[in-house]
Amino acid sequence: MSTSEAAAAALPQQPEKLTKKALTADHPTWCPGCGDFAVLAAFYKVLERRQLPHESIVTLAGIGCSSRFPYFVNSHGAHFIHGRAVPLASGVSLARPDLHVFLFGGDGDGFSIGGNHLDHGARKNVRMTYVIMDNFVYGLTKKQTSPTSPVGYKSKTDPLGAVDQPVNPIKKLLAAGATFIARTHATQINHMIQMIERAMDHNGFSVIECLSECVEFYPGAFDPANPRKGGTFGLIDEKKWDGTPEDELRHDVTDEIAAYRLANVPFPGLFGVFFENDRPTKNALERKCVENTRDRLGNPTDIQLLQATFDRMK
Amino acid sequence: MSIPSALSELASGASTTTGRADLRPHNIRDAVIRLAGNSQDGIQTAGALLARLAGRSDQEVMTYMTIPSTISGGPSIFQVRIGSGEVLSAGDEADFLVAFYQHSYLDHIGFLKEGGVLLYDSDQVQPDLEDKRYVYVGVSVTGLTVEALGGTAKDKGKNIFVLGLIAAIFHLDADKLKGLIRERFGGKNESIVNTALMAFQAGYSYPVGNLLTTRYEFEARDKERGVGQVTMDGNQALAYGLIAAGVRYGAGYPITPWSTVMEILRSELPKYGGLFVQAEDELAAVSLALGFSYAGYLSVTGSAGPGISLKTEAIGWASMAEIPLIVVNVQRGGPSTGLPTNVEQSDLYQAIFGSHGDSPRVVLAAATVEDCFYTALEATRIARKYSTPVFLLSDSSLATRIEAFGEPDLKSLMRAPHPDLSPRPSGYKPYPLDSITRHAPPGSRMIEGKYPVVTGLEHDEMGHPTGRPPLHMAMTAKRRRKLQELAAEMPLPEVYGESPGQTLLVGWGSTFGPIREAVDRARERGKSVSSIHLRHLHPLPSGLENVFARFDRIVVAEMNDQGLYGYGQLATILRARFCEPKISSLTKTDGLTFRVKEILQGIM
Repeated sequence: MSTSEAAAAALPQQPEKLTKKALTADHPTWCPGCGDFAVLAAFYKVLERRQLPHESIVTLAGIGCSSRFPYFVNSHGAHFIHGRAVPLASGVSLARPDLHVFLFGGDGDGFSIGGNHLDHGARKNVRMTYVIMDNFVYGLTKKQTSPTSPVGYKSKTDPLGAVDQPVNPIKKLLAAGATFIARTHATQINHMIQMIERAMDHNGFSVIECLSECVEFYPGAFDPANPRKGGTFGLIDEKKWDGTPEDELRHDVTDEIAAYRLANVPFPGLFGVFFENDRPTKNALERKCVENTRDRLGNPTDIQLLQATFDRMK
Repeated sequence: MSIPSALSELASGASTTTGRADLRPHNIRDAVIRLAGNSQDGIQTAGALLARLAGRSDQEVMTYMTIPSTISGGPSIFQVRIGSGEVLSAGDEADFLVAFYQHSYLDHIGFLKEGGVLLYDSDQVQPDLEDKRYVYVGVSVTGLTVEALGGTAKDKGKNIFVLGLIAAIFHLDADKLKGLIRERFGGKNESIVNTALMAFQAGYSYPVGNLLTTRYEFEARDKERGVGQVTMDGNQALAYGLIAAGVRYGAGYPITPWSTVMEILRSELPKYGGLFVQAEDELAAVSLALGFSYAGYLSVTGSAGPGISLKTEAIGWASMAEIPLIVVNVQRGGPSTGLPTNVEQSDLYQAIFGSHGDSPRVVLAAATVEDCFYTALEATRIARKYSTPVFLLSDSSLATRIEAFGEPDLKSLMRAPHPDLSPRPSGYKPYPLDSITRHAPPGSRMIEGKYPVVTGLEHDEMGHPTGRPPLHMAMTAKRRRKLQELAAEMPLPEVYGESPGQTLLVGWGSTFGPIREAVDRARERGKSVSSIHLRHLHPLPSGLENVFARFDRIVVAEMNDQGLYGYGQLATILRARFCEPKISSLTKTDGLTFRVKEILQGIM
C-alpha cells in the first residue's frame, strides 16, 4: 500500500473529481436483473469514495459474463483469455506499483479453468483486488454446470443433476494462502462496498467471493441469503478486541483454523471477512531483492552492468 | 582439419626419455577435440574452459555437446573445435579423442579421423591396439588424479587433470587456464579452487611429451580483430541480447533446453531493476509476460516446443490485442517429450501457424551464438515497432554451444526499457485502422477522459467489442498489413558464394555453419554451390524470388522431417510462397546437427 500510495502521489494531481459519470463506459450487456449490475454499481461507488487518480485504475478480466466488466468501467483495462486473468494481473501489479489493479471474473474463470492460477496468485501473495462473481452456473455459454454448482443442479451438461462435489471457494483460498478472503452478496450493496474497500486496503492478494444471481439460468439461487426473499444474510461476527466476554466468541480473522470452521457452515453460509493476514507480498519481496542486489552492486547503470558481465566473458 | 599428416608421425605408447624440447614443432590451424565420458565427470567444465581460453586468445572456437536426459549420469560428450581461421561448425571428425571409459572409446572411436590421436584413461579403457589407423596415448588418468588429490576427492578432478594434459600437448597458455579455473571455481570455497589447480598441475606436468614425437602449437592469428572477443553459449547470448534490448521483465517455466535462459534472467534482471517470474505453468508464464507488456514493459516468455503449445492460446490474444511480446523457443526433438536433449528444427510451423484464427506474428531464427545476441535485439525492435508478438527460434545445439565472437558495441546497442506514460491527446484510438497500434499503457492520462480497453474480442478502433462483418475484415487486414510493411523494410540476406550459380543452399537457424562450410568445400572442388541464410522466416523478406531466379536449383537444408509430400517445413513454406518447382528439400531427423559431408552428399 505504501509504495503504491507514494507512487500515486507522485503522479500529477487529478484535474477533476472522479464521478460516476466519468467512470461509466459501455452500457452493460448483462441480462436485465443480473446480479452483476449491483457489483458494478458498488465498484463505481468505491471509486467515487476513494478518488484514485483516474489513470492509475486498471480493470482486468478473463472470460465469462462477469468478465465483461472492463468494458463497463471507464478506466485502463484489459479483457484477457479464459482463466488466465490472475497471472495477467500479476504481471501488471508486479511491474507497476503505481497502479491499482482490480480483477473481475466468475466461478468458471476463477475456480475451474483458472483454478491453478488462483492458488498460485494466493500463494505468491501478489497485490491485487479480485472480485469473483459466483453464480453457480456457466451463463455466457447458456447453462452448463459450473465448479460451484451444487450436487443435483440440472444443467445442459448434467440434465439428470450435477454429481460432482462443488468447490468450496473459501476453503480453496485458505488452503492456497490468500491473505484476504471475504464473501458477500450482490443484493447487499453496502456490505459489498465495505468488502471491496477492505479488500483494496489490504496489501496483498485479496479475494471476494460475491454471490451474484444469474436470473436467466439459476434464478433464486441465492434467495436463502436474501432477507427480502425470506432468507438470512448471516454475517460473520468479527472480534472487536474489546476484552469483553462476548468478544471471546467472535471470529479472529487471523485464525486460519477458525476460518475453515466458518467456511464449513452449510449453504448459504456466512458473509464478511473470513481471513486476513499481513504476510509480505511478492511485490514487496521482489522489490527488496532488487534493492538489495542493486545496493550490493553500488547502483550501477544498465550499461555498466552489462559491460561488466561481458568483461567477465572475455 | 589440417593436422593428420602431423598426427600420423606420432609415436604410440612408447616410453622414451625424449624431452618435449626435442619434439619437432608443428603448427596447426585447427583441431577438433572430443571429450567422451559420463555426464557427472565434468567434461563440459573442462571443454568450456578450453573454449574460454581459445576465445581469450583471439582464436575461433566452437563447441558441441550432448547431454543425456537422464537425471544423473549416462554417456556424454563435449567437443571443442579451436582454429586460427574461421570455424563454422563443430567438426565432422575428431583429430583428438579423449576416452574416459571403455564405452566412450567404443562409441566414439569411429568419429576419430584416421591418423588421429586417442588419449585414453589406461585405468578404464583397453583399446584395440591392433587397429593401426590411430595413435594411442594411454595415461593412468584415474590413478594419477587420485594420487594427486588423494583423500575424499577420489577421482573427481579427472576432467581438470585431462585439461592439464591437453594444455601440455597443445602448448596452451597454462597461466591463462589457471586464471580461468580460478574464475570458474572461485565462487566455491578455496579448497575446491586449490584441488582443481592441483589436478590441473598434475596433468600439465605429466610427461605426456614422452609419448609424442610432435610438438603442437596453434598458428598465431594472421588478422587481428579490432575488438576483443567474448565467449559464451547461445542461451547466454540470447539472454544478454534481451537485456541489451531493454527487456526487463519476463516469465517462464522450466524446460530443457530453455531453462538456462530463464535462470540467467531470473538472477540478472533484478540487477537492472527488473523481474523474471517463475510461473506455475506455461499458461501463467505467457499471461504474466503479457501483463508486463500491457503494463508498458516489453517482456519475454519462452520454452521449448511442448511448452510453446501451451502458450499458443495467449499468443493468439497477443495477435488480436496487438500486444508486443518476445516468445523464445529453444527447439528440441519432438513431438511430445520427444528428444529433450537433442536438436531439431521442427517447430517452424508451430511458430508461424501455432494458434487459432488468423493470428499474424513475426518469426525470427538465430544462426549462431553471436546471432542469438543480435536476433534478440532485432526481435525487440520489431515487437516494439509493430506492436506484435515475435517468436525467436533457437535450438538445443545453439543453446549449449560455446562460441567466441567480437564484443558487441553496447554503447550503440543498448535500449532503455521505460514505458511511454505520456498523456494521450484527444482523438487517441488504441486500434486505428489507418496506422499501427500504439498502446497507451495503464498510468497514461487520457486527455479526453476516455480510457482504452485492450481486448481479445474483435473490436472497433476504440477497443469496443463488435462482431460487425466489415470491421472484422478491416481489423484482420490491419493486423496482417503491419507484417507486410515489416516485410518491405527487411533487408534481403546476402548470397554467400557466386550469384548467379548452379545450386543455392537455403538454410535457417543453427545450420548456418555446416551449410557455409559445405559451400566452401564444394567450391574448393570446383562446384557451383552458394547459400543464403534466412533470419526472418515470417514474414519472408521481399525479393527472394529474384535470388531464386538466378540459380538452377534450390536446396533447403533443415533438421526436420520431409513430411508427407517430401519437403521440410521451410521448403514447404517457400514452395507455397513462390510456387517454385526448383525448390527441393534436404532434411534429417537423427537429433544431431548437420555434418558438412551430409550436406555435400545431399547436393552432389
